[in-house]
Amino acid sequence: MERWLFLTTDGLSKGAVYAAFALAIVLIWRATRIVNFAQGAMAVAAVYVAYSVTAATGSYWLGFAAAVLSGLVLGAVVERVVMRFVEHAPPLNAVIVALGLVLLVQAVLGSIYGNEYRPVGTPVSRTGLSVGGVSLLSAYDLLVFGAVGLVVAGLALLFTRTPVGLRMRASAFAPEVSRLLGVNVAGMLTLGWALASAVGALAGLLVIPTELGLHPNAMDLVFVSSFTAAVVGGLDSPVGAVVGGLAVGLVLSYVAGYLSADVTPLAALVLLLAVLLVRPGGLFATTATRRV
Amino acid sequence: MRSARSGLAIALCTTLLAAVTAGCSGDGGGGGSKAPVPGVTDSEIVIGTHMPMTGPASAGYSKIAPASKAYFDYVNANGGVYGRKITYKIMDDAYNPANTQNVVRQLVLQDKVFAVLNGLGTPTHTGVLDFLKTNKVPDLFVASGSLSWNQPDKYPDTFGFQPDYTVEGKILANYVKANMAGQKVCFLGQNDDFGRDSLAGVEKILGAGGLAAKDTYVVTNANVGPQIGKFAAAQCQVVILATVPGFTALSIGTAARLNFKPQFVVSNVGGDYSTVAGLLGAGKPLLEGTIGANYLPSVANAADPWTTLFTKVDKDYNGNAPMDGNVVYGMSVAYLFVQALLAAGKDLTREGLIAAVEKGGFTGPGLAPFRFSKADHSGYGGLRMVKTTGGVQDYFGPTYQTDDGDGAVTEYSGAAGTPPANGIPSA
Amino acid sequence: MRVLPGNTLLRHLLIAAAGGAALWALTYQLELYRDYQLATAAAYLCATAGLTVLTGLNGQLSLGHGALMAVGAYTVALSQDKWGILSLSLALGVLAALAAGLVIGLAAARLRGPYLAGVTLAVAVAVPAVTTTWSSVFNSDQGLPVALDPPPGTLALEQWQAWLAVGCALGVLVLLANLTRSRFGRDFRAVRDDETAARLAGIDVARTQVLAFVVSAAGAGLGGGLLAVLTQSVSPGAYALSLSLYLLMAVVVGGLGSLAGAVWGALLLVFLPDLTHQLTVGLALSPGAAQRVEGNLPLAVFGLTLVIVMIAAPGGLQGLLRKLVPFRTITPLPKSEERPVSDAQRT
Repeated sequence: MERWLFLTTDGLSKGAVYAAFALAIVLIWRATRIVNFAQGAMAVAAVYVAYSVTAATGSYWLGFAAAVLSGLVLGAVVERVVMRFVEHAPPLNAVIVALGLVLLVQAVLGSIYGNEYRPVGTPVSRTGLSVGGVSLLSAYDLLVFGAVGLVVAGLALLFTRTPVGLRMRASAFAPEVSRLLGVNVAGMLTLGWALASAVGALAGLLVIPTELGLHPNAMDLVFVSSFTAAVVGGLDSPVGAVVGGLAVGLVLSYVAGYLSADVTPLAALVLLLAVLLVRPGGLFATTATRRV
Repeated sequence: MRSARSGLAIALCTTLLAAVTAGCSGDGGGGGSKAPVPGVTDSEIVIGTHMPMTGPASAGYSKIAPASKAYFDYVNANGGVYGRKITYKIMDDAYNPANTQNVVRQLVLQDKVFAVLNGLGTPTHTGVLDFLKTNKVPDLFVASGSLSWNQPDKYPDTFGFQPDYTVEGKILANYVKANMAGQKVCFLGQNDDFGRDSLAGVEKILGAGGLAAKDTYVVTNANVGPQIGKFAAAQCQVVILATVPGFTALSIGTAARLNFKPQFVVSNVGGDYSTVAGLLGAGKPLLEGTIGANYLPSVANAADPWTTLFTKVDKDYNGNAPMDGNVVYGMSVAYLFVQALLAAGKDLTREGLIAAVEKGGFTGPGLAPFRFSKADHSGYGGLRMVKTTGGVQDYFGPTYQTDDGDGAVTEYSGAAGTPPANGIPSA
Repeated sequence: MRVLPGNTLLRHLLIAAAGGAALWALTYQLELYRDYQLATAAAYLCATAGLTVLTGLNGQLSLGHGALMAVGAYTVALSQDKWGILSLSLALGVLAALAAGLVIGLAAARLRGPYLAGVTLAVAVAVPAVTTTWSSVFNSDQGLPVALDPPPGTLALEQWQAWLAVGCALGVLVLLANLTRSRFGRDFRAVRDDETAARLAGIDVARTQVLAFVVSAAGAGLGGGLLAVLTQSVSPGAYALSLSLYLLMAVVVGGLGSLAGAVWGALLLVFLPDLTHQLTVGLALSPGAAQRVEGNLPLAVFGLTLVIVMIAAPGGLQGLLRKLVPFRTITPLPKSEERPVSDAQRT
């Protein structure tokens, strides 16, 4: 029981970050039908900004704000400068451009900061609060849950309760009609990328201190887990991203705890297959899936 | 038709390729009056290495080859070896065995290197053993503690450098057994030859059931919470880590997070203080009291004449890179290679170099003796314990030596050599 | 204006024979390292050609072809260790990959674009875990050596390897070129372009998709097996996720529309890293800066190339070439085949 409780909290705190990152992937997929493989590299770039700002000012929160802001800017820039040109090309081209961006961003970061892992501090303690001798959630875990919860709630409000959110959804689902109705579709796409990139930056800020440290490749594995989460949940569903993220976090933790860390990648594959063979569009699929 | 077009395009590509590649035919090395030795002329010796210079595995390790190169530059500036300057070609393989295959062939077939020195990594280097053997390229001082480099019958030209993981596991466990008797000992290892060989060494000393708990981690999952949680639940008092630096920091940090404070005993591969402290950042006080083992000069000990020498070379030829275990490692390898070249004599041949290394008898910065002989191609055969106190990792107690079999762990009484006045070995 | 025989198979065989003869002569001219590179490109070509059929012709996206190559490679290693008959080993490698492709293909037939990408990505990531979990067979990270008999006569190993790999690659190209011209090829394209229409036309969509996956997997298996023979070793690190991604980049940048694109892709995989490396070696940098920039600069150039090619030439290199050199004057193209692959992967 104690073991189960420990592995559950461990899995949930990891899963919350996967959820946030999966949400970023889903946002872009919904807006542009592109799986943004560069999401991880872009998030790392934002966290490097945080690192530099924090190092210069000594304030974690200034760095935090700078990272989210640079995430916004980076997302907009990538959409305007690069992705705009492949949005109407075959979808695979966007995937390849994103992969090219990954290499480019990682190489630039590596050239500036070197290929060493850099420690990133946390604003609150990561030491778990002991309950009956078992170490459970830390203050940092609570911060992660709070931040991810706020983002999910904020996005839900944005998309369902505000005119801008409505316009963004309209642009994504019916670009031609929206354009005729006077919606600035191109602007909405840029905004979508910017928002997603900022959410990705936030996820990077939250997860990197809990792993090996800041490195150009620091988000590679997080991206793989989060992409798995987004697919499990259904790429069109923000709720699915959150549920998928938590599920992936829990499965990885249980498998490493009860079986062996060696088989965690196999566990992710089994989870994906189990979900997709029953529901080919993910757990929260809304659109009609292929019938065979 | 489509396919006819593709067929023609293929033919076109073929011609194009022919044009591109035919222009690249180069000439070999060679020189001197006798049969030319690849990579050797009267004024130059070309050697090469494969190292992770980019990618996640490059952290720390990317400093090794430039440090070796810096020492060679220092030797070159002082006249070289028998008048020959050493050119060290560093090829980046990003720790991907497929890249290693390619860059090592480039070194041997195209750049015609005399020898491959200090290629890094077990999975990467294992893949090129057969190729190097076929081409009779000396494969010296591989940068990994795998037992694979010591197979003189199968791979007569391959030699190790550092103490193998089993020797190290035995020495660490020997210390634990002698000084922490009766305590619950646990073991966390990487899920490859490093963790496996190290565990074998530990269990040779503690007995098959001597560990209260043991577990592995995979480098593709940067969360050791479940493993460390298991050790905490098992109330381990001593945790032996056969981990790379990133996972040493992660394990120690995770334990602190769980209010779990065992005595950590860390393998040399993942135990360099400045590397791990750099990874832990503000958490570096957690390293207080951790125990490990080393066999090369301590960076912390500025009075050590080797550290003084290497610091000077680093300053003059390596862009004053921050001194750590990786820099010392790279320069120690280069020092040993220069010693081997000198021992091989003026008429340098590949056979001569192999014979010189097998003859052994090198004394340099290392605390323990090399095991090199005709029948044994293992590198250093021992280590000395280190402890971190007040943010300084330094040696204590005697140097131990042992073998990778069932031999006992014994104290080694010999002392480390002192560097020659000009910092360059002589014949 | 017909310069080549009308029979498709004969025509392909003639072209392949001509190409083979040219390359055979070329291997005598090249340095051994270039022979090795040529052999590597040919091995990659087996995989990229298969991937082109799957993705370009049939519209299925796979991020796991590196894993299928690993299946072929490990089978060759195990078979060489047991029997030591190279032709048998390569055949077994193809069969094993074919079987793996059938399993993945059956699952894939139910999935669309990114969902299929997710599953195949997970397959690629699982390769190291498989080799560790069954380490007594696969010897975890360190992998297996591939035992090889020395080449006949005084032939250099690399030259012999180039013959072997180029021969296999040309064989694969001929088979695939014929397949794409056959009824199956038309079915592949029909399913890619419009599933509903294909179904109405009486095509079994699921079976066609599985078939495309199996064919493609066989190519990957042969490519992996050849790589194992070339490098005389197999280890999971050599068939990591990055390989799968590079294969995909290669076929898209080469041009998904035709097998010629796969040739460009395979050449890029081998020569672009080399080229970018040469480019950066020429720059003289201070030791401190060099340490950071070295290695990173080639990556940056590689990444930038991908981005620029995709924006400037959405049809890949072959698409660009087709615009510059109008092949259609040689053999006119039926209108129905004009359709670009741009709708592949549309959901």
